[in-house]
Amino acid sequence: MSRVTVEDLFMDYDQAPVLERINIDVEPSTFCAIVGASGCGKSTFLRLLLSQERPSRGEILIDGEPVAEEPTPDRGIVFQRYSVFPHLTVTDNLVLASEFGRSAFLGRLFGSARRKARDDVADTLKSIGLWQARDRYPAQLSGGMQQRLAIAQALLMKPKVLLLDEPFGALDPGIRADMHEILMALWRETKMTVFMVTHDIREAFKLATRVLVFDKVRHDPDHPEAYGATITYDLPLDRNRAQVAALEAQIAETTGRTQ
Amino acid sequence: MSAVDQPVTKPAGGEAKTPRRRSSRRRLLNRRPSRAVSVSLALLPFALILGAYVVASSARLAENPFDPVTPSLTAMAETFWRMATEPDVRTGDLLLWTDTASSLIRLGAGVVISAAIALVMGIGIGLLPFFRSTFAPVVAAISLIPPITVLPILYITLGVGETAKIALIIFGIAPVMVRGVARAVSEIPEEQIVKAETLGASTWQIIMRVVLPQALPHLVNVTRLGLGPAWIFLVTAEAIVAESGLGYRIFLVRRYSAMDIILPYVAWITLIAYLIDLALRQFATRAFRWAYPSGRTL
Repeated sequence: MSRVTVEDLFMDYDQAPVLERINIDVEPSTFCAIVGASGCGKSTFLRLLLSQERPSRGEILIDGEPVAEEPTPDRGIVFQRYSVFPHLTVTDNLVLASEFGRSAFLGRLFGSARRKARDDVADTLKSIGLWQARDRYPAQLSGGMQQRLAIAQALLMKPKVLLLDEPFGALDPGIRADMHEILMALWRETKMTVFMVTHDIREAFKLATRVLVFDKVRHDPDHPEAYGATITYDLPLDRNRAQVAALEAQIAETTGRTQ
Repeated sequence: MSAVDQPVTKPAGGEAKTPRRRSSRRRLLNRRPSRAVSVSLALLPFALILGAYVVASSARLAENPFDPVTPSLTAMAETFWRMATEPDVRTGDLLLWTDTASSLIRLGAGVVISAAIALVMGIGIGLLPFFRSTFAPVVAAISLIPPITVLPILYITLGVGETAKIALIIFGIAPVMVRGVARAVSEIPEEQIVKAETLGASTWQIIMRVVLPQALPHLVNVTRLGLGPAWIFLVTAEAIVAESGLGYRIFLVRRYSAMDIILPYVAWITLIAYLIDLALRQFATRAFRWAYPSGRTL
């Protein structure tokens, strides 16, 4: 339930602009999908929201406060891969967050504290359908199970903003639809502000309440790196299906052309 | 069930139900030996080497029964047994066991200290940019110094006792092990580190719960790789100055061309090296089940 404001954001890598003039104001509890062609800075924008990188210019505010200079628990993240810890069982992956909070030196709980922490995540395990697999290692899970675990793990700290970087990009279409339902249920329940980067425009329009399209407005054919991308479409979806469908087709065409 | 349906599980050899002609139509790379054939094939080169030695040895001994260069297998076994069970006339020690203990203590100390250095430095260099800037270049530079060239320096500065020998092993293997662990740590996906940060972990907690557990299987691997060079440096140090040790004994009796001691000692060192490697491998697959889901390592 937090407002995210991005003010005049620029991002350069070694003088080459990647993002330029990004200005948005995202209402609390918005599900914001970010789409665009490959290499248009979608993932860079998400890394900036997470403070995994710092912008060259401009500012990102959560509830009016500038974000911390490094990743912090107020922003949860789910990556396409490598989000969960391979050396921990499913249960231990979820217990880890409370161990960090309560054991400063070892980051590990023992005895009754450990048993209690494990009991605390039992409901979460059941709700994401991983109760049967609770003692397995991530390598023994399917891709969909791993991403369910990653999402549950990201929500443990009750972040103000949830960031998703192509979270379902590596999954089969059928599993993807199941994941959409789980994600929507969690979003309705928590009312978090969500940013999701995706390649899949249909996924964006299916899930989001607002779609941001990143693209380069200026293009120099001799110097393709000369200009950065910015937000070319900013669509609050008012759920007028006909209108939305037309827009969706139009954007699919635009982003397809620039690819 | 034809052979084509189950190319992998079907045992090779004549007892198969399908005709031999069909099984031989499979590509060589798809044909696998059964367990028994596999063991026999593995033993074959050993048998050939042993056989070749026996032939050469008997040929030479037929010419001159006192030829020391190629002692018979029984002569070697007798000598080895004597060294293992009869006290030495001069010192009263059971030489084989004294030598083995001396060498293993030196080797163990050198390798354990190297592993500890590799773990601490490797995690620091692999994870912390300030640590990396400070120590990565110096570790890279030290790893390029040929270790044997510092042996005289070590003997001059540390004396000719145990310290210099252990120091040589550390000097020889620790830099490479540090770099191995550092590479493994730096290859932990950044996503995991960032995820831990968003779960509220401090740098120290990330080291303890994310980096260290994932570095340990690699530490075992670099230790296994370091053991080979560690033996070289141990034997070298013992060859130059020592009062006991497997390498010391080999180089001592070399003066008398006592191949009946040297050859069994070389085999004994090889056996110990193999058993240490096997133990480390078994330990890794049991202790780090998450890293070896199939239960196998190389």
